[in-house]
Amino acid sequence: MKPAIRFEQVNYSVDGLHVLRNITGFFPKGKITTLVGPSGAGKTTLFRLCNGLKSPDSGDIFINEKHIKEYDPVTLRRKVGLALQNATMIDGTVFDNLSLPLKLQGKQLEEAEAKRLLNLVGLEEQFLSHGAKDLSGGQRQKVSIARTLVNRPEILLLDEITSALDRISQQDIEELIMNINKKFGTTIIWITHNLDQAVKVADYTWVMIAGEVVETGDISVLTAPKNERVKLFVKGEEN
Amino acid sequence: MSFLNLTLSLIFVLIPLILSKTLNLGLEKDTIIAVVRSIIQLLTVGYILHFVFTSNDYLYIILMIGLIIGAATANARKKGTSIPGITGKLIFTFLFVELLTQGILLGFGITPPTAQYMIPISGMMVGNSMVLAILFLNRFASEVHAYEEEIELILSLGGTPKQAIHRQLITAIKASTIPTIESQKTMGLVQLPGMMSGQIIAGADPIQAVQFQLLVLFLLLTTAVITSVLLGFLSYPTLFNQRMQRVKEGNPTD
Ligand SMILES: Nc1ncnc2c1ncn2[C@@H]1O[C@H](COP(=O)(O)OP(=O)(O)O)[C@@H](O)[C@H]1O
Ligand SMILES: [Mg+2]
Repeated sequence: MKPAIRFEQVNYSVDGLHVLRNITGFFPKGKITTLVGPSGAGKTTLFRLCNGLKSPDSGDIFINEKHIKEYDPVTLRRKVGLALQNATMIDGTVFDNLSLPLKLQGKQLEEAEAKRLLNLVGLEEQFLSHGAKDLSGGQRQKVSIARTLVNRPEILLLDEITSALDRISQQDIEELIMNINKKFGTTIIWITHNLDQAVKVADYTWVMIAGEVVETGDISVLTAPKNERVKLFVKGEEN
Repeated sequence: MSFLNLTLSLIFVLIPLILSKTLNLGLEKDTIIAVVRSIIQLLTVGYILHFVFTSNDYLYIILMIGLIIGAATANARKKGTSIPGITGKLIFTFLFVELLTQGILLGFGITPPTAQYMIPISGMMVGNSMVLAILFLNRFASEVHAYEEEIELILSLGGTPKQAIHRQLITAIKASTIPTIESQKTMGLVQLPGMMSGQIIAGADPIQAVQFQLLVLFLLLTTAVITSVLLGFLSYPTLFNQRMQRVKEGNPTD
């Protein structure tokens, strides 16, 4: 397995709080990796580091085996797409939000392409002219996924993107992500609280607890945990 | 106006004090501080100006203008603590405004190069620039604070810092300059500008007073827009680092 993203002894603190401790490991290229762990484990922070929104205090991150610092930030952020849980919308319509990634490059998004994107994430075309900030949490998550896809990222970082979705929509999004992975060979890293989802979509898994990587490997890491801390975590999530 | 008259004018201080006392408004202390400060400050300025005008030495003029800019900077920087290096940026902005307005006025011979013109006009320009700087910094800080997530989103999609903060920057520039523009629309209808009133009371021809006031209004329009735009474009880059990451106060990354 070739790494898409590789970490070597990565540390990161916020206001003296050690959020990430000696993170070492990798996310395999072309695969779907699920990233699980309790709240506050540092999962979202790790994503911000991968997308270049923050830099580690110490340690190294490699994207496609090239040091992250050697990428120009704009190129890096288009290559490593990020969809965060809060699905932030800019002021304006759904179309304004979908066209944002291209607008930032001085390009236009065709309306037909915008409609295709909405279909992809299971939203009706009529939403295109709706105010993005008026959408429900679940609808915003769908728009956010579609918006991240506009840059056609090589690596896709998904942070709890189905947390506000109903069961049916959740399954649709799971299908969509697995399809994108198959069709384009896109590397997917997916943070989820839903262990069933993690098991269903994952080729590979990371478990993070309190800023550390406690276990990595195939899905047996979660289905038949050996590590005591992972056992406790899995048990806690089942209740 | 004699000192006796000035003393009698303190009646107008007694009225708010009595009202505050009887209505329990609790404004007595601040009113007294305000009165005492304005007496001391204005009298001091009066005597200094008297001295500078009679000497008409450029060294004193430059010193006075330096003092004005220093005071304006000290006042405005309190509102810009979230922006690294705000003091230097304010000094630069005020200096720019001063040099530009005086450059045009003196260069085209609109006003003569004497202390009597240069110092009051500098005071008005830099004073206005200071008010604008405070309005701008207040609004910019609150816009950035309210839109942190949107700013991060645009960066995460591959936007540059300028693209990420464009909306907040424009909103703050607009919002801070609108009061200047709006107040000029009703000028002369609702209120006579203080300076013009002062000139008329002091015996100047109203037409001349109006001409001079118009000049000042146009200058204020320029300084307002220039202050916000200049300060805005000097300030926003300090909110990001070389890696195009948002830097918060006390928490610089990279
Ligand atoms: N900008 C920030 N300011 C303060 N604390 C932060 C910030 N970002 C992350 N943290 C802290 O870092 C820890 C990890 O957060 P996060 O990465 O969001 O965890 P997770 O996504 O696994 O729930 C938490 O304790 C959180 O409070
Ligand atoms: Mg999180």
